[in-house]
Amino acid sequence: MKNRLIGTSVPRKEAFDKVTGRARYVDDVSFPGMIYGTTVRSKVARGRLRGIALGPGIPWDEFVVVTAKDIPGINAIHLINDDQPCLADGVINHPEEPVVLLAHPDKHLLEKARQAVVLDIDELPAVHSIEDALAKTAVVWGEDNIFKRYTIEKGDIAEAFANADVILEGHYETGAQEQLYIENNGVIASYSEEAGVTIWGSLQCPYYIQKALIPLFGVGPERARVIQLETGGGFGGKEEYPSMIASHAALLAKKAGVPVKIIYDRAEDMAATTKRHPSRTVVRAAVMRDGTVVGLDIDFAIDGGAYSTLSQVVLSRGLIHAAGPYSCPNVHILGRAVATNSPPHGAFRGFGAPQSIFALERHLDEIGKYLGIAPDEIRRRNFVKPGQTLATGQVVRDDVDMNVLLDRALEAAGWGDKKARFAVENREEGSVKRGIGLATFLHGTGFTGSGEKFLASIVGVEATADGHVRVLAASTEIGQGTNTIFAQIAGDALGVDYDVIQVGQPDTAFVPNSGPTVASRTCTIVGKLVETAALGLRQTLLGSGLLEEPYSSEQFVKACSAYVARSGELRAYAEYKQPPYIKWDEDTFKGDAYGAYSWAVYVASVKVDTLTYEATVEDFVALQEVGKVIHPTLAAGQIEGGVAQGIGWALYENVVWKNGRMANDRMTDYIMPTSVDLPPIRALFAESPYSYGPSGAKGIGELPMDGPGPAIVNAILDAVGIGIPRIPATPEVVMEAYLANTSVTRVCRATEVARG
Amino acid sequence: MRAHVASYDLVQPGSLREVLTLLAREPGVYRPLAGGTDVMVVYAGGKLAHTKFVDVHGLRELRGIVVTDDAVTLGALTTYTDVQAEPTLGREFPMMGQAASETGGWAIQNRGTLGGNIANASPAADSPPALLAYDASVELTSTRGARWVSYATYHTGYKTTVRAEDELVTRVRIPRIAPGAQGSRVHMFRKVGPRKAQAISKVSFAACVDVDGTRITSARVALGGVAPVVLRVVATEGALVGADVTTLDVAAIGATLSREVTPIDDIRSTARYRRRVAENLFVELTRKLKAHVGLGSQAR
Ligand SMILES: Cc1cc2nc3c(=O)[nH]c(=O)nc-3n(C[C@H](O)[C@H](O)[C@H](O)COP(=O)(O)OP(=O)(O)OC[C@H]3O[C@@H](n4cnc5c(N)ncnc54)[C@H](O)[C@@H]3O)c2cc1C
Repeated sequence: MKNRLIGTSVPRKEAFDKVTGRARYVDDVSFPGMIYGTTVRSKVARGRLRGIALGPGIPWDEFVVVTAKDIPGINAIHLINDDQPCLADGVINHPEEPVVLLAHPDKHLLEKARQAVVLDIDELPAVHSIEDALAKTAVVWGEDNIFKRYTIEKGDIAEAFANADVILEGHYETGAQEQLYIENNGVIASYSEEAGVTIWGSLQCPYYIQKALIPLFGVGPERARVIQLETGGGFGGKEEYPSMIASHAALLAKKAGVPVKIIYDRAEDMAATTKRHPSRTVVRAAVMRDGTVVGLDIDFAIDGGAYSTLSQVVLSRGLIHAAGPYSCPNVHILGRAVATNSPPHGAFRGFGAPQSIFALERHLDEIGKYLGIAPDEIRRRNFVKPGQTLATGQVVRDDVDMNVLLDRALEAAGWGDKKARFAVENREEGSVKRGIGLATFLHGTGFTGSGEKFLASIVGVEATADGHVRVLAASTEIGQGTNTIFAQIAGDALGVDYDVIQVGQPDTAFVPNSGPTVASRTCTIVGKLVETAALGLRQTLLGSGLLEEPYSSEQFVKACSAYVARSGELRAYAEYKQPPYIKWDEDTFKGDAYGAYSWAVYVASVKVDTLTYEATVEDFVALQEVGKVIHPTLAAGQIEGGVAQGIGWALYENVVWKNGRMANDRMTDYIMPTSVDLPPIRALFAESPYSYGPSGAKGIGELPMDGPGPAIVNAILDAVGIGIPRIPATPEVVMEAYLANTSVTRVCRATEVARG
Repeated sequence: MRAHVASYDLVQPGSLREVLTLLAREPGVYRPLAGGTDVMVVYAGGKLAHTKFVDVHGLRELRGIVVTDDAVTLGALTTYTDVQAEPTLGREFPMMGQAASETGGWAIQNRGTLGGNIANASPAADSPPALLAYDASVELTSTRGARWVSYATYHTGYKTTVRAEDELVTRVRIPRIAPGAQGSRVHMFRKVGPRKAQAISKVSFAACVDVDGTRITSARVALGGVAPVVLRVVATEGALVGADVTTLDVAAIGATLSREVTPIDDIRSTARYRRRVAENLFVELTRKLKAHVGLGSQAR
């Protein structure tokens, strides 16, 4: 098999439709008789629902009104624990909890009606921080507010701490972040007794929604169909949440007897849907004078919001990434996902890893500062090497040399020159100070541990009557390039032109379950299945006598077409088989957490204005080893976009919470960086092929979220000598740290260990 | 969009006279709608309590910038794009163009009007500090006639002004310095927002200081975002006027400024931040002044 498409920047499959406005997003779609739906939410963080009253001034007889009583099956959004109701029934656990659904043909009147519904709620004490959840100031979930607790153990932590030269402790926090896809959440649902529920929507995971609809309606999978329409971004925000909005629309459609469309406006989408989990991490490091980290004791906690949803999975990824790309021999990591009374936090690019990586990468700079060791040097002294083990005991099989990556990134960033220049310039009188900082990290590809084995994803390819080959997968194109890379992979496997390959619309009635579009798995895991299935189809065709090697694209198309004419159909499927070496123990968190990792070094140059405490990123170098770059333009786009999102998380995007609700639910007040706030982002790649990815490809999509936070805050430390323990490092945060003159000894408690 | 469209009413009379007549007939019933860039945000959020509007955006009488020997006079419908394009403003009142160029993004600069900015009376608006520093006046017109009020007395409290309900903001006038006036002028404008564009100011700062030799002959310093109104810090100005730039007691005058501002915590920033940045920008002004008279290192 020769690569002719892989490694080139072919035009995106759906680009023409998107730029000409032909692509149809859910709000472009309408059905005869379709009406609109809306959601009445609680507004109270926690309480007991006493009653629902329909207020005056609204022609209520024209409305379809749905409450928990109308749910035919189980009142839960099926996920891992099924603790989240579809509609609140009796108890309220967060201020955006859906209670009543309304539908009406006039969307403007619908909004007026929404405001006229009066909920009678007795308020109960609520919990709004990780600390309060752990301290159980009120118990709001289970017995102790803890959704899940995991630990990782490696070596002998007590011994390491007893024998270290110094122990440094730091407390780090990261804030929530809104995904801010361009297209808000939206779906259309229809219902009939024969066909059951059909959903069209903006979504990442069609089969998640199907799984949620089945128990809610008490129907079989054949009566719960989900179709993905063109989707304007997801970033994880359309992983689990669409199950909620789809369930709501479906309940309304059933009662209304006509299709119902629900489209959130930006304010509702920001306030009510999932965000990145806020986190707080305590890192205690046992360190030798030469900078070798001999022990890491990490306490990692994330705020899951009111229901458990995906928090335990986010927690496990965060935990596994908490010790970074280092060989530290003695590690203890405690991870807890806790309940608070805000809307559930959920999937977001990086999925827990950016949070724990922030803490460790910040802490390494604080350790370096304390010991007088440069940021690059302290990392060199601790990098893991092939054959050594990560925190879970996983032996590194990737052919990676972090020192080489580090050299290349520092060179590209002009690290040495900048260090020297800034040191001189910063002594001058002006109010602007400059600094440079870095972060080194890894990111695991695909589901954690045995996740991929349990998913057992399936991909199909089929020949069409006119001889094209169509990829059948539930993996969605959400702007990241799924359609394009699938076509490249299938095209190269079959040895045909790009145009021969089509990618079928994800529709649970027609495509097999290739798993969710999450966890940087689409290219590596699903792409490999596309390759295998395509090879299967090719084999069948060659065996049929209709095609002989070598063949041209035209000959292939003709053969396909002839096969279909003769036999009715030509299909091939591939199912995921876990690489044989992977061993994972879910109970002890020991073993091969991921089949492969992508490795990266990010370098940020930052200026800090000491008049206004504004930090601005002036230059950004993002170097990553990703196995194989399938599509250079798309890959660079993923990195640039991810770094931009990471810069947002690091400096700008501050969710202001008021009693568990996002108070700044507008893009005027929730500040995402615009193009003028962003530096040149230089995406660089290294390639060291992974045998189980298509042409060696590993994950790319989430990686760029991990590095910017710590690299930028480390650059602030370099610029002004202030160690900032939390992001977003808004000017207000920088000012407080500056005025308090936060130094390493504040961020980290340094304890010299007595030797005797 | 959360507004109930059918509940709103918008009328479009053809002339200024007709608009004023409508406003006079039932004062307070109709409100002006100019570029709509403030009104539409509240409307889309479903929070626009007022439901009847009169569109003034088409009134030719409110457009245009006129430059005379003693003043630059801007029609109420002057946009931020218009402001940036006017050469006299660029030369003599650079803070107007600076404020305009940092207002919203290009779309807002094409659509939003100076009259709307003034009438909307947000304490975080960006052009008002510059207008205060340049000692502007505002013309208010009704069927009862037109009157000029000093912009320094226009704002009376949080979102309240001296404008009566039947009055329109029709023009804004910025006095020019008489030719041959002594000394030279230092302008300093700084918008501190949460990002570089499409941002509502946390603090904004505009100062126009005249110096003759090393002596300050006049000083107007105005801030946005630090009080219920865009604020001229008159005590600070008083301490500057007559002082010698080379011997300024920066700490003492800075403390005066700090006493004059009354910032608050809100979802956009903190009182502590706003106060501190206001103080820092004042220190920066004094550095600029020193650099201007040839002392100290050149400020940025
Ligand atoms: C995305 C965005 C970004 C923005 N960024 C900035 C910014 O950076 N800085 C800033 O200062 N502002 C900003 N604004 C606010 C707004 O654009 C300005 O205040 C603008 O000048 C308002 O002018 P307008 O003509 O659009 O006002 P409108 O919305 O038409 O009217 C605003 C108010 O003034 C009244 N009004 C309008 N004209 C008159 C008149 N001639 N006489 C009497 N009353 C009148 C109206 O009744 C209304 O109450 C922004 C707005 C948006 C949507």
